[in-house]
Amino acid sequence: MKKNQKIVIIDYGAGNIQSIMFAIKRLGFEAELSSDAEEIRKADKVIFPGVGEAGSAMKMLRSTGLDEVIPTLKQPVLGICLGMQLMCNYSEEGDTKGLEIFDADVKRFDNSVKVPQIGWNQITNLDSHLFDNVENGEYVYLVHSYYVPECVDEIARTEYGINYSTALHRDNFYGVQFHPEKSSKTGEQILKNFLKLDLRS
Amino acid sequence: MLTKRIIPCLDIKNGRTVKGINFVDLRDAGDPVELAAAYAEKGADELVFLDISATEEKRKTLAKLVLDVAEQLNIPFTVGGGISSVEDVDILLKNGADKVSINSSAVKNPELINQLSEKFGSQCIVVAIDAKNIDGNWKVHLVGGKVPTDIDLFEWAKEVEQRGAGEILFTSMDHDGTKKGFANQPLARLSEEVNIPIIASGGAGNIDHFIDTFQKGKADAALAASVFHFKEIEIRELKGHLKNAGIPVRL
Repeated sequence: MKKNQKIVIIDYGAGNIQSIMFAIKRLGFEAELSSDAEEIRKADKVIFPGVGEAGSAMKMLRSTGLDEVIPTLKQPVLGICLGMQLMCNYSEEGDTKGLEIFDADVKRFDNSVKVPQIGWNQITNLDSHLFDNVENGEYVYLVHSYYVPECVDEIARTEYGINYSTALHRDNFYGVQFHPEKSSKTGEQILKNFLKLDLRS
Repeated sequence: MLTKRIIPCLDIKNGRTVKGINFVDLRDAGDPVELAAAYAEKGADELVFLDISATEEKRKTLAKLVLDVAEQLNIPFTVGGGISSVEDVDILLKNGADKVSINSSAVKNPELINQLSEKFGSQCIVVAIDAKNIDGNWKVHLVGGKVPTDIDLFEWAKEVEQRGAGEILFTSMDHDGTKKGFANQPLARLSEEVNIPIIASGGAGNIDHFIDTFQKGKADAALAASVFHFKEIEIRELKGHLKNAGIPVRL
């Protein structure tokens, strides 16, 4: 793993990024926050966080032009939670058009389950280097009302009333619905795996 | 499968934990950061910090504490106690809190719940409700349970859900501190009447109480303080028993 790699967390005013900064620091790396397209393009790894509401988050991305930048990135990009959802085609939340990286439409859980889903749930059917040294069925921390239905880009699956995709991968883009920065040792392993990826497509 | 959560609650006063004095293996039991990390290591699913200090410096001290905890802790945590404005919440979330819990301020100004959930998302807004059974009716109480109101627990729970709360932390004052078990009847009714997660609080004394609150009380999570601080119950052992009882837990 490249020790002095440049890790940029995209700063577009959405949510709690402090925890991701700290999680990366605990792994022995430094991450920087940036909303600058050039800084983001130069990074070895890009993290695209997101907490909050899809419509207003997308508006913030558009107002900074980052909606044009993100889909053209060539280095490994990791979308977390709402970040991953915004990388899909569309979200029911706020009737929002997404970045069209992952071929999926984000839906709301129906009321047969408690919404939001809050807590620790299992990830199964793991199918990516993002999950090296992570066992099938390990627990991760999730907080969300909207989900990605099972789709072609799926690399991990979770059950909550229905089966849905909790992690996605296409080319250099990765997305996780759960919060690796809050998922104890399992989350640390997944973040470490992401930092190990060295592809540039 | 989504698991049931076990949540130790730490009372904070002027940046230090109170009550946690008998927690062994720690040189300084009053350090919230050290205590939080120890709980994470022992299998806690989440932590709640309840700030009970009433100094003018409170806001600053709490923000610093949140930042220090966030730096160390790799599980989620909620901060509560005297939070009454959008600005208060903004500071705590920016410093790394995952959720905030509001109580009296939500009753005094219900619109605050809407404002917070619109600005920060429902997922980080916990509404804490303290209630007491008075002549067969559960009535909401304020200021740490000292001030009674005429508000019905179940009506209020439905209202906070509609206004955008992501979770309800329900404490029965009739059970709190008794160590005789959680208030499973009103808990089960809350779970039927609202569709957001319910955290049970107040009354934990032994392992069976936790089994009951998940099975009979239909709680999504259980919060306790003294049984964990005084090592009367070990979280791993508790989770082992829950698993044997068929309750999904993260081991």
